[in-house]
Amino acid sequence: MGKTVLLIEDEPNIIEAISFILSRDGWDVKTHANGDDAMAAVRRRAPDLIILDVMLPGKSGYDILAEIREDADHGGTPVLMLTARGQTRDRELAERAGANIYMTKPFSNADMLAAVRALAET
Amino acid sequence: MTVLNLLIVVCLSYVVLLFAVAFGADRAARLGRGSWLRSPIVYTLSLSIYCTAWTFYGAVGFAARSGLEFVTIYLGPTLVMIGWWWTLRRLVRVGRSQRITSIADLISSRYGKSNLLAVLVTVLAVVATTPYIALQLQSVTLSFAAFAETDPTATTLPDMQSTALWVAVGLALFTILFGTRNLDANERHHGVVMAIAMEAVVKLCALLAVGVFVVWGLAGGVAGTLERIEASGISRFEVSGARWVGLTMLSAMALLCLPRMFQVMVVENEHEDHLRTAAWAFPGYLLLMSLFVLPIAALGLDLLPTGANPDLFVLTLPLMEGRDGLAILSFLGGFSSATSMVIVAAIALSTMVSNHVVMPLWLHYSGTAAMVSGDMRNVALMARRLSIAGVLFLGYVYFRISGGGTALAAIGLIAFVGVAQFLPALMGGLFWRGATRTGALAGISIGAAVWLYCLFLPSFGPEMVVPQSVFDHGLFGLSWLRPRALFGAEGMDPVIHALMWSMLLNLAAFILGSLLSFPLPLERLQGAQFVNAVEHSGTQAGWSGGMAQSEDLLIMAQRIMGAHEAQALFAAAARRQGVAGYLPEPGPDFIQELERALAGSVGAATAHAMIAQIVGGTAVSVSDLMAVADETAQIMEYSSRLEVQSQELARTARQLRQTNEMLTHISVQKDEFLSQISHELRTPMTSIRAFSEILRDTGDLGPEEQKKYAAIIHDETVRLTRLLDDLLDLSVLENGQVDLNIQSGSLTGLLDRAVRAAGGETGDFVIRRDRKAEQIELTTDLDRLAQVFINLISNAHKYCEAQPAVLTIRPEVNGTQLVVDFIDNGSGIQASKQAMIFEKFSRIGVSKAGGAGLGLAICREIMARLGGDISYLPGQKGAAFRVRLPLEIDGPASQQGRSKEIRSKETDSP
Repeated sequence: MGKTVLLIEDEPNIIEAISFILSRDGWDVKTHANGDDAMAAVRRRAPDLIILDVMLPGKSGYDILAEIREDADHGGTPVLMLTARGQTRDRELAERAGANIYMTKPFSNADMLAAVRALAET
Repeated sequence: MTVLNLLIVVCLSYVVLLFAVAFGADRAARLGRGSWLRSPIVYTLSLSIYCTAWTFYGAVGFAARSGLEFVTIYLGPTLVMIGWWWTLRRLVRVGRSQRITSIADLISSRYGKSNLLAVLVTVLAVVATTPYIALQLQSVTLSFAAFAETDPTATTLPDMQSTALWVAVGLALFTILFGTRNLDANERHHGVVMAIAMEAVVKLCALLAVGVFVVWGLAGGVAGTLERIEASGISRFEVSGARWVGLTMLSAMALLCLPRMFQVMVVENEHEDHLRTAAWAFPGYLLLMSLFVLPIAALGLDLLPTGANPDLFVLTLPLMEGRDGLAILSFLGGFSSATSMVIVAAIALSTMVSNHVVMPLWLHYSGTAAMVSGDMRNVALMARRLSIAGVLFLGYVYFRISGGGTALAAIGLIAFVGVAQFLPALMGGLFWRGATRTGALAGISIGAAVWLYCLFLPSFGPEMVVPQSVFDHGLFGLSWLRPRALFGAEGMDPVIHALMWSMLLNLAAFILGSLLSFPLPLERLQGAQFVNAVEHSGTQAGWSGGMAQSEDLLIMAQRIMGAHEAQALFAAAARRQGVAGYLPEPGPDFIQELERALAGSVGAATAHAMIAQIVGGTAVSVSDLMAVADETAQIMEYSSRLEVQSQELARTARQLRQTNEMLTHISVQKDEFLSQISHELRTPMTSIRAFSEILRDTGDLGPEEQKKYAAIIHDETVRLTRLLDDLLDLSVLENGQVDLNIQSGSLTGLLDRAVRAAGGETGDFVIRRDRKAEQIELTTDLDRLAQVFINLISNAHKYCEAQPAVLTIRPEVNGTQLVVDFIDNGSGIQASKQAMIFEKFSRIGVSKAGGAGLGLAICREIMARLGGDISYLPGQKGAAFRVRLPLEIDGPASQQGRSKEIRSKETDSP
């Protein structure tokens, strides 16, 4: 059984695309559209990796990331952050919140896959 | 044509010329032209109204009767003009700075603006001037009669009374016309002044011409003239020293006190500096006027038959010699002298009478209502005009009653003594701060009473007013009350007698009254202003510090300057004086130095006042207090100006801060907006890129998947396009660059179109409409309105979660407004979010419909352009939107029918 990745994203088409790419690479992809559901899922079963969108309904990606990092058991989970807001300020915010890798949408599928693999090895 | 007729013609022409000159000068002044009107020479010539007909004719008569005594009439004014130049300057300065209108005004103003005093002065001035006006009328009549007598063709003598009446009426007319043009009595009467200046030239020329004729035509040159004078015995008249001094003083006082002189000298004064010219030019004028008096008198006595009126020698000498032209010129000279005096006197008196008698009475009886209503001006002008007529009428009546005594000079001197009663109050007011209203009232009243009793009333002759018994035995039989021998002063000349007693008693009452009474605050204030008119606070009066206490000064200085500095100052001064220690002699130099040092700390006026308290040992004077008050006021004004400035700065700072905040806010908003757009653009692009890469890189995709992913790419492209369309649309709407395409149409048709464009009804989306109520014609941009409707319908379709979703569209006409409600049966929008749904990118709920969140923002902008609005209607269970707009948009007609390319969402559907 491959490793699990938790995808927190609200755009159905993007979810479909990422799921397709990662599944083919042997990942078990779980998807949640908002932070609360995602956090519950993390606590239920810790994923090996989290892919997190910034603009979400309800809690923002930064808030969710902060929550993950504060969590005693799962604080060290690697997080790949995706954002459609491509400004420098957003990158700074993401890094300060503790994202391991930060990627701007749209991304190249190969880059995304490489980033996920790299994070999984750490 | 006879000489008499010629005289009448010339005379009338002269009058016409006078009117023309006055009119021209007034006009020029009004138009701002004619700087020559304001020249010092005109001013000097206008002063020549001092030389009335009395001087013109009477000086010769005076010389013929009393020898050289006539010189006193010229000597007094000359001494004043030259020797008392600075007094006149102060008078003029006070008059100008206080906007004084007459001598009565000046005296009343100085003594606390007392109207009682003004009335007293006015009455005395009228009483003293009326005979004088009568005298002028008489001189014109007499000279006219002199002409008539010598004219053999004149069968009947012209009626003297009617001549005087016509002259009086003519003068009244002239004075009213040119003297009451403006209400402001303080304003210059350019026309009048110019006319009397011209008359001054005429009378001087006339007298000089007669003089030249007499000396070189009759006496055969200067030497011959001197012989004749010697022979006539004029130079051998006994000259009384007392009378000389008395008359010189009297004429000097008259120059200062005569209402008409005050009028031309102070009220009509254009510039203080004109006095400089007048100071030498006016005595020069008087000298020329007096040059030929003796020769004319001597030759008149010699050549004319005994019993001829010496007052008319100036006229009768040329007449006798058959020089009709010269005689007419001489007549014009006398006429000029008489008329100019009457005109100015009438103006001066009428100003006083109307301002101090008529107006106060009128205001008293008409109450305050009249004061606030607008007709004050006309009343004042009318009062002045009536006063002029009244003054001249009084003069005429006096002339009729007195019957015309032949000694012109006597009436002149009597009037002089009358007005001289103003002098103590006038001069005291200018130079003595201690002078009070009580003193002025007492002085003028007593002086006037003595003048009336001793000189004026007796001048009517025995039994006219004063019974002979009073002359012989005194009032109530008290011999010391005899009018000609008051307090037993017998054997004196009546004029000198009256002058002496009236002035002595006047002065005594004035001084005593002033010393014994306490001035009112207003009086003190005015007194300080009048007395300090020339010396300003810049010039320091020197101190004599004999009584000063150096120690007190040191204590005071320490308080102000600090102990160290004060002691150093005092020690240095003591060292210079060779005194040991800290206490120098308080000499003037030291005190001045100390005052300057203190002034650096507390201001000049305060320093002066403080030192005055110690050194002078007297109370602080009014002017010191006023100077202190001035300084305080200045400081207060300065500080209030600073306060205003600092408030202004604070306001500017606040405005800048607000602007800065606003700009920052806008900048943040802009960043936010860009960020939002970025997100909205990148999201579909992410899907597009990801799936296109999948399609490109994945070899083993089934046809189903391929089709599905291609469809996703297509959908996301449409979404992108729509987003860009919305953005552009919003931008155009927000910038107001949108052109409306106004058309008329029915609401029902418009809704049909919108429903169709929004995808129409489906199984789970029902639209309820009231087609009957929809029969509404409206004129607006139908395409834009359809865009709003489409948006609302598709929103309901997208977001209403009820099964089936029902959208009710309810139109209603409210006056000129159309109201359309769109209400669905969903869960509605949370109250907390209702406020922000019209903001850009304010998507609420999940983005299942994939909209960019610009729809309602665009709707809001469109409705604003259509003159209406869109709002969320709470309390309708489901989501409810209300659209309001005018049935007929009141846009510019030019927009109608203009073909426009309107983007709509009808083409957006996949």
